Amino acid sequence: MVRSPDRLITAGLGSCIGICLIDKTAKVGGMAHIMLPSSIQARNAQNRAKFADTAVEDMIYEMEKLGAIKRRIVAKIAGGAQMFKISAASDIMKIGLRNDQAVESALAQAKIRIVAKDTGGNFGRTIIFDTESGDLLVRTIGHGEKII
Amino acid sequence: MIQDFSDLTGLQIDALKEVGNVGAGNAATALATMTGARVEMSVPQVGIVPFNKVADMVGGAGNAVVGVYLMVTGSATTNMLFLLSIDKALLLVDLLMGQPPGYHKILDEMSLSAISEVGNIITGTYLNALASFTGMQFVPTVPDLVVDMAGAILDSILAQFGELGDHVLVVENKFNREEYDIIGHLFMLPEPGSLNKILTALGVIF
Repeated sequence: MVRSPDRLITAGLGSCIGICLIDKTAKVGGMAHIMLPSSIQARNAQNRAKFADTAVEDMIYEMEKLGAIKRRIVAKIAGGAQMFKISAASDIMKIGLRNDQAVESALAQAKIRIVAKDTGGNFGRTIIFDTESGDLLVRTIGHGEKII
Repeated sequence: MIQDFSDLTGLQIDALKEVGNVGAGNAATALATMTGARVEMSVPQVGIVPFNKVADMVGGAGNAVVGVYLMVTGSATTNMLFLLSIDKALLLVDLLMGQPPGYHKILDEMSLSAISEVGNIITGTYLNALASFTGMQFVPTVPDLVVDMAGAILDSILAQFGELGDHVLVVENKFNREEYDIIGHLFMLPEPGSLNKILTALGVIF
């Protein structure tokens, strides 16, 4: 969690998802890099930043400490790819898709609106979040570059 | 009980290195037979690295690499991932196709297919060596080839299992070609518990 105009970067997201939250008025932004959909089924859920549900809760809490107001916070998300063909055969192995759904439902539960997303596909993403403009730059290898 | 690779002793690492060397020797023979090229391979290093350092070994999480991934079931569940940086992959294709170093500038379909086969052979010979040392059975899936960011490949493997040991076994594979060293890394990412089974079978846990 930072105050603008800092930029936040995560390199090489695969099935993981980068969750970017921002309250432009308070100039507070944050980024989390989640790996799994839910802390509930996990054997070891100590690292709360790893799971969609707990990461969203913690981000909001940390941003509020920096002066953000929850109803002003909006989200942009990217990642959730399916990198391997092998795992595409089984639903349980489609972690990218499950992560995407889990992040959306965690944000919906927190009543945070997703204003932009770039998820899915079979390629990795490097994301750079500008906490001043709220722009999220998504870089890929061979699948272009865009700002969402 | 050994939870992950960071708890290994020197003797255990030596045993795993020996397995790596036998595997590399067999892989070199197989590749030479397949391509008719002279292929020499060695395993200069076997190491144990924390999972979060793996991407750094291949140029960083955002760096483009070629990865050949196989899941392994059987006596112990694990994942095998062979990673090569793009420039090394090109040099390796030159070597296998009998071309001078620098001949290939891009990884075309033929090159990718060759790399996939190399990954398959290196993984297969390693697992065969491990099987013959331990009497265990390893059943790999067909190889899955990915050209993408190292971090994206690694986090996807980690996420599939949710939990893997925090450490990874790395077998450095060196292809010798005159002044060019082509180094690829074979990573073994075992499920918790699998490493114990393998080491017990190797006879290095008493």
